[in-house]
Amino acid sequence: MTKTIIKVENLFKQYGGQDVLKGISLTVNEGETVVIIGPSGTGKSTLLRCINLLTKADRGRIWLDDREITLPGVDEDEVRSHIGMVFQDFLLFNHLTALGNVMIGLTKVLGMSHDKAKSKAMAELARVGLADNADQYPGQLSGGQKQRVAIARALAMDPRVILFDEPTSALDPELIGEVLEVMRKLAYDGMTMVVVTHEMGFAREVADRIVFIEKGSVVEEGPPVDLFYRPKVERTREFLWKLTELYGKHERKQADGN
Amino acid sequence: MLFEIVKFILGGTAVTLGVTSVALPIGFVLGLLFSLARVYGGQLLSRFAALYSVVMRGVPPIVLLFILYFIIAGTVQLPPFLAGSLSLGIISSAYQLEIFRGAVLSVGSGQVMAARAIGMSRLKAIRYIVLPQALRLAIPPWSNEASTVLKDSSLVYALGVPEILRRAQFMSASTYRPFLAFGIAAAIYFLLTFFTNRLLDLVEYRTRIPAN
Repeated sequence: MTKTIIKVENLFKQYGGQDVLKGISLTVNEGETVVIIGPSGTGKSTLLRCINLLTKADRGRIWLDDREITLPGVDEDEVRSHIGMVFQDFLLFNHLTALGNVMIGLTKVLGMSHDKAKSKAMAELARVGLADNADQYPGQLSGGQKQRVAIARALAMDPRVILFDEPTSALDPELIGEVLEVMRKLAYDGMTMVVVTHEMGFAREVADRIVFIEKGSVVEEGPPVDLFYRPKVERTREFLWKLTELYGKHERKQADGN
Repeated sequence: MLFEIVKFILGGTAVTLGVTSVALPIGFVLGLLFSLARVYGGQLLSRFAALYSVVMRGVPPIVLLFILYFIIAGTVQLPPFLAGSLSLGIISSAYQLEIFRGAVLSVGSGQVMAARAIGMSRLKAIRYIVLPQALRLAIPPWSNEASTVLKDSSLVYALGVPEILRRAQFMSASTYRPFLAFGIAAAIYFLLTFFTNRLLDLVEYRTRIPAN
């Protein structure tokens, strides 16, 4: 039986009188890659932020590993240390080297010794192909490298799940590939991932499930083949193919390059 | 004669430096705490810090110095040197509050969010992520405040503390050579300020975060 890592039940969130989430439910199983798609402003990022408690939902419940994390009195910092998060704009700590960025959670949150943290951090940097850049500061890295460091920073905490909030949207087209490649590898290594993205190629190839969200509700969800080729809702087909058309260009270019 | 005058006025330098090196750190600690209260404190703390800043910066330092001095002197038994330095430190804290507030705000909320996302508490995020960046950003405006405090230390002259200005005035009155006496005082202040700023430039340079 597959183990459920994240369970979201009937989540509601309002911002300034505007309904952002209107009763979203979602289950993410161990080792699964769930891709969330939808037009901008439909609450995808809000959903991710609610899951790792950076934003407080108005109503609804969330479980991490069978433990309800929306209950009062839950140690939110401890919960967050088990949920990795990768942001659109990287948000690396500017005053720390790549290595320092990956290490600081280990030393200051998990209380690991400097030496142990360093060797673990080096291993994570190697995993994203950046062992040679360990001593560089964020200001000295390209966007793609920054995002890979951010992934290594999340990985170092040995999270139960990593949430990706449009991880390639702030990148130049030629740098997107290296980040997606790292994510693809993670997915195949069995990392549990929830990915908000417009990269349809990635979604089709890597996702176990695609969840289409619009106006704060789940419109349809299922395996990529079903959503792309046999969608139950016409709106799903429309949106997916529009995105594929929009974002397909550089995908094709990348395919030609390989 | 000239040598005598210079020597006498120079004797106040230690007092001036003493006042400054008591006042600046007091202003630093209070200013930093108030700035954190202003930015991260709840509504009550934040409002209190804002009020503190507006009131303290809205009154001339010399007026505040007298008020604080008489409050302090009326509460605890302190020599004028310490009471004056303490007062100047409190005055400076309001200006340093604004310096640190600006620096903390320009670090940005994204850095805090990223820190919280790896499981840091608010306090840890501030300590390990915000402050190391904010303090670097604060060096240039802080350097300006350091020279202000150095120069404002001359105000304790009004409390009878024998620093550079008071000694210059004494010399001016006893030798009838005001231009010489105050000129020497000006030169000493200038040199002190100049080297303080150079030192802080060096600190800024040494702590700069590498970027391409």
